[in-house]
Amino acid sequence: MTAGLFDKHQNLRTSYEALIAASPRNPFGVVIERPLSASVGIIEGRKTLLFGTNNYLGLSQSQKARDAAIETVSTMGVGTTGSRIANGTYSLHTKLEERLSQVLQRRHTMIFSTGYQANLGTISALVNKDDILFLDADSHASIYDGARLSGAQVIRFRHNDPADLDKRLARTKNASGARLVIVEGIYSMTGNIAPVDKFVEVTKRHNVTLMVDEAHSFGVMGDHGRGVAEMQGCEDGVDFVVGTFSKSLGTVGGYCATNHDEIALMRLCSRPYMFTASLPPEIIASTLAALEEIQARPELREKLRENSERLHQGLKKSGLSTGDFVSPVVAVTLEDVPQALTFWNALLEAGVYVNLSLPPATPDNRPLLRCSVMAAHSAEEIDQAVAAFTDIAKKLGLTA
Amino acid sequence: MTESVADISSIIIEKLLANPKVPRNINGDSRIVEDLSFDSLAVMNFVMEIEDTLDVSVPLDKLADIRTINDLAQCLHEIKAAQA
Repeated sequence: MTAGLFDKHQNLRTSYEALIAASPRNPFGVVIERPLSASVGIIEGRKTLLFGTNNYLGLSQSQKARDAAIETVSTMGVGTTGSRIANGTYSLHTKLEERLSQVLQRRHTMIFSTGYQANLGTISALVNKDDILFLDADSHASIYDGARLSGAQVIRFRHNDPADLDKRLARTKNASGARLVIVEGIYSMTGNIAPVDKFVEVTKRHNVTLMVDEAHSFGVMGDHGRGVAEMQGCEDGVDFVVGTFSKSLGTVGGYCATNHDEIALMRLCSRPYMFTASLPPEIIASTLAALEEIQARPELREKLRENSERLHQGLKKSGLSTGDFVSPVVAVTLEDVPQALTFWNALLEAGVYVNLSLPPATPDNRPLLRCSVMAAHSAEEIDQAVAAFTDIAKKLGLTA
Repeated sequence: MTESVADISSIIIEKLLANPKVPRNINGDSRIVEDLSFDSLAVMNFVMEIEDTLDVSVPLDKLADIRTINDLAQCLHEIKAAQA
């Protein structure tokens, strides 16, 4: 019996059915039958340009990472079957933590089984119901969920607005608990880059802790790929850095790195770290290989920067509404959901896959076509995607 | 000086009416989600505006119990009094 169990989903069902009725295909059910390369996959039996992944450096298809995974599977098997604090720590896990500490120039690193869990596990271990969290209004769901798991009071501040944070910190200056501020390096939906250096100034002035989620900026920003804080020269002011392996590193998993020695105890109180299976050894091996590749091939970042410029300029020139930041994520903002659905379907039919992002998961309640670019894209592939956007926008009467 | 609940309720209604999509006949008993058709994100964003006017910050968990404009006014009043 499920009496009443699914009634709560009625509004969701109504919205979902209306969306499906208005679209020739389910925008949440796209299947990449197989990737042919980092930038091309087979979708609906056709070769399709992939402009909606987080594979910024193309390393999900790295030969070195594949070889490392194959060799490790052959020698160590396919999984650990246990938690990091029980039978799930192999020498490879500690090796990756040490290597990440070197790369990130932090004394300690903890790895988690996903990037989502890295936020959940870090936030819920750092704050509790007596503390206050200050979150950028456009924070990722994993940050909001970590906040809920922690039980801390949550105060939102305006997106990318250090002055607004300053005001809100001042209002809580007499609070008895700890205060933790969380921002992201690059925001995943819009590609907006945070003024982390300005946030550092504010958090230092109020003597509060700062955590930066560099999920979309690790491997991408900064001379050594450490992220936006490196690019803006303010890493010393960041207490905790959280990130993921499932973007520039091309695998899966997450991390938290810090110079605070107290992190050792987090391993014994972070539930999303303790009560889940650790990453399989082949994932650790391929992540280590990808990490070496990021270090050894700075030209990937340079190519990504060039490609980001090319896509951003191309879409802007076609008259579409994009953000002002040049980053590997370029979001085209549209006016309403029917328009976005038509546009997204037309792009896929023209052989270009992007992400359709709908309210309330988008800022300002407007739908987005989220495009992401890779170092692996050729100039021709980017021009082809821009041409498809330009052509469809004209046909829909959105641009002249 | 701390505003009364009624004062805060009036400020909220005035701010809401500045939005042309909000029905004209709202009062303190109007339900924010049902009568104003605000989703959770719209509620959070609206509360941010009011926070600036009253110089308070409302923790997100407090919003879960708020149904009507008067509930919001009461909540803001209590936070402002505690902050004073």
